[in-house]
Amino acid sequence: MKNIILNINKAFDHRIRLGIMSILMVNEHADFNRLKELLGVTDGNLASHTKALEKVEYIRVEKQFIGRKPNTKYYASELGKQEFKKHITALEKLIKDM
Amino acid sequence: MDSKDYLKDISAIKDLMSKSSKFISLSGLSGVSAGIFALIGAGYYYFNVQQPSNNNLILTKDIVSSITIIILLVGFATTITTFYFTSIRSKITNEKTWNSTAKNLVTSFSTSLYIGLIYIAILYFKEEYTYIIALLLLFYGLGLINASKYTTNIVKPLGVIEVIIGLFCIIYPKHSFWFWILGFGIVHIIYGGVIYYKYDKKQH
Repeated sequence: MKNIILNINKAFDHRIRLGIMSILMVNEHADFNRLKELLGVTDGNLASHTKALEKVEYIRVEKQFIGRKPNTKYYASELGKQEFKKHITALEKLIKDM
Repeated sequence: MDSKDYLKDISAIKDLMSKSSKFISLSGLSGVSAGIFALIGAGYYYFNVQQPSNNNLILTKDIVSSITIIILLVGFATTITTFYFTSIRSKITNEKTWNSTAKNLVTSFSTSLYIGLIYIAILYFKEEYTYIIALLLLFYGLGLINASKYTTNIVKPLGVIEVIIGLFCIIYPKHSFWFWILGFGIVHIIYGGVIYYKYDKKQH
C-alpha cells in the first residue's frame, strides 16, 4: 500500500494537469488554444497549470510565430510520459484495492 | 481524495484521450450522399457516354475524358456534402468542425488518395485506361484505412471493403463500370445508412 501511495504523483494531483497530460500522451503536440478548448478553462488558469508541469519538466514548450500571431505548442517529455504511466498504474491499483 | 475521485479521474482521462485524438462528427449521411452521386455519375455515363449497342467497349480518348469529368464532378460534389453533413453533426457532438484532429483526418486521407491520383494521371497521359477505376477504388480504400486512426472505428471496415472491391476490379477490369456502381455507389449507401441508423440517430 505504501508503494502505491508513493507512485501517486503530486504534480498530477489536479484535474486540469491530469487533463493536459492525458491529451499530450495521445497527441504528438497540442497548442494553447486546443488545450483550452478541450479542457474548458480560462487562459490564466491553463497557463498556471502548464507552467507547473513545465517546471518539473513533464512537458516541453515550443514558442513560434504563425504569421504575426504567437503560437505555443506543448509536448509531453519522456520523463512526463513515464511519470504519467506510473501515476495511472497507481490509480488503477488503488481503485482495485478499495 | 477517496476512490470515487480516482474513478472520476480515470474516466476523465479516457474521455480526454479519445476526444483529443479522434474526430467523431463524421455522419453516415455523407456516405449515403457519396453513393447517390456515384450512381448519378454512373447513370449519366450509361445513358449518354457509352454506346449502348457496343458490348465490347473500346475506351477512346473522348470517352475517357468524359469519364474523367464525371469522376471529378462526383468527387467535388461528395466533398461538399461531406463537409456540410459534418458541420451539422458537429453541432450535435459539440465538436469544433475544423480542429486539429479533423485536419489530421483530412491530411492522412488525402495523402494516400493524392498519390493514387497522380499515379492514375500518369497512366491517363500514357493512354493506359484499363485500371483507372480499379486504382481509384484501391487508393480511396487505402485513404480511408489511413485516416481511420483519427476517427471512430467505423471508417476502417469501409476502407477494407473498398480495397477488396478494387483488387477484384483489377482482376476483371472489363467490368469496371459495375465495380464503380458497387464500390462507390451501393456500398456507400448501405454502409452510410447503417452508420446513420446505428450511431447518428441515437445521439439526436
